[in-house]
Amino acid sequence: MSTSLSTNAFCLQDVSKSFSHFKLEGLNLSLPQGQIMGLVGPNGAGKSTTIRLLMGLLACDAGSIEALGLRVPEQIEAAKRRIAFVSDDMRLFGTATLAWHMRFVASIYPEWDEVYARKLIRRFNLRPGQTMAKMSRGEQVKSMLLLALARRPALLVLDEPTSGLDPVARHELLTELMEIVRDDTRSILFSSHNTQDVERICDQIAFIDRGRLVDSRDKENFLERWRRISVDVPGGVTLPRLADVVDLSLGERVAVLTTDNYLPQMHALLEQSGARVQEVQRMSLEEIFVACVMRSRAEVQS
Amino acid sequence: MHIPIQVSQTDPRPMYLQIKEQLRHRIAVGELKSGDEIPSIRALAVATRVSVITIKRAYLELELEGVILTRQGRGSFVAENANLGAHMQAQELDAQLATAVHTAALLGIRGEALVERLREIERDLHENKRET
Repeated sequence: MSTSLSTNAFCLQDVSKSFSHFKLEGLNLSLPQGQIMGLVGPNGAGKSTTIRLLMGLLACDAGSIEALGLRVPEQIEAAKRRIAFVSDDMRLFGTATLAWHMRFVASIYPEWDEVYARKLIRRFNLRPGQTMAKMSRGEQVKSMLLLALARRPALLVLDEPTSGLDPVARHELLTELMEIVRDDTRSILFSSHNTQDVERICDQIAFIDRGRLVDSRDKENFLERWRRISVDVPGGVTLPRLADVVDLSLGERVAVLTTDNYLPQMHALLEQSGARVQEVQRMSLEEIFVACVMRSRAEVQS
Repeated sequence: MHIPIQVSQTDPRPMYLQIKEQLRHRIAVGELKSGDEIPSIRALAVATRVSVITIKRAYLELELEGVILTRQGRGSFVAENANLGAHMQAQELDAQLATAVHTAALLGIRGEALVERLREIERDLHENKRET
């Protein structure tokens, strides 16, 4: 394959899409090959719309989309040979067994890996002879994931893959997702409410709210920039105005600052004013996400 | 080469730091010796189920600190450095003292008061040793 290190698995440029009650605007998003991206956002934020645009299931009003170096939607059929997509609202044939589905998918995709598929049957605790209609929702989701994973796709796109999975199945899925990026030419995009999963396995993180991309960067950068700083504020002391303070909650003697661009120099500036820094806390991705969304909504309103 | 490394998401330390400290510890106790190969970034990412970018950051910092070295296309190795053990024990001490300083700050104990407290504890420890 003639792919260089800087190749993108996909790239959305200035993408817009309007519906009667919802608008996705000026979306710019790309994922370097060999990485995992987590798309995080509240319900109705535009995660599924973004994924459907990328998969060529919807046409954008403006902008350009590329997947595996091919134009979407024009060349989506060629791209889809190497892209696997699983979404929560997909259904398999109720009267057919898992084994039938496996033969069906294997007949379409030459990269189908039967040995790996058999391993996944054991890992996901599935019965190939069972029909879809007899399976629980969790087993159906696991069957769809198996059919996608065993194709050994270059790009795996999952819409809310862990919802409806029990903790053991979720653990097995995350293990398989990491196994995919052992190969640095394969990539994953998944949307999730579960910020803990995203924080653990994603290289890139994109926050979406109300049809806008709120922030997108690599995970380490995200976690490194945000801090919560607790300071004691003795009587008569006024806190200095610091740049990049996203939120300030003031008590009588204690203040808590939230910053999205933490610098150690902040200590000195705060202590110069007579305040005392008591604690600097890192924030979880979930806390960062909520703070990001609140700030973005405040900006839109003002 | 299997190096058991556990990353916890309830640990207040960031994941990259947990990985750095566990690798350092394995070197400090002699489980990994100078010149030993350590897993590739992607292999450790799979083994720990932690993103590649996090492992990359841990390796990059360990490299800058002279603990490991990466040879392009040949993997990562524990650095050849005689002072490594002592250097790392000093770093471990610093980390523990930093935690103590942090706890002291929460209790409002700072500067000279903190140093005096440390001296007292040192004295007590020595006296206890003599008694037993």
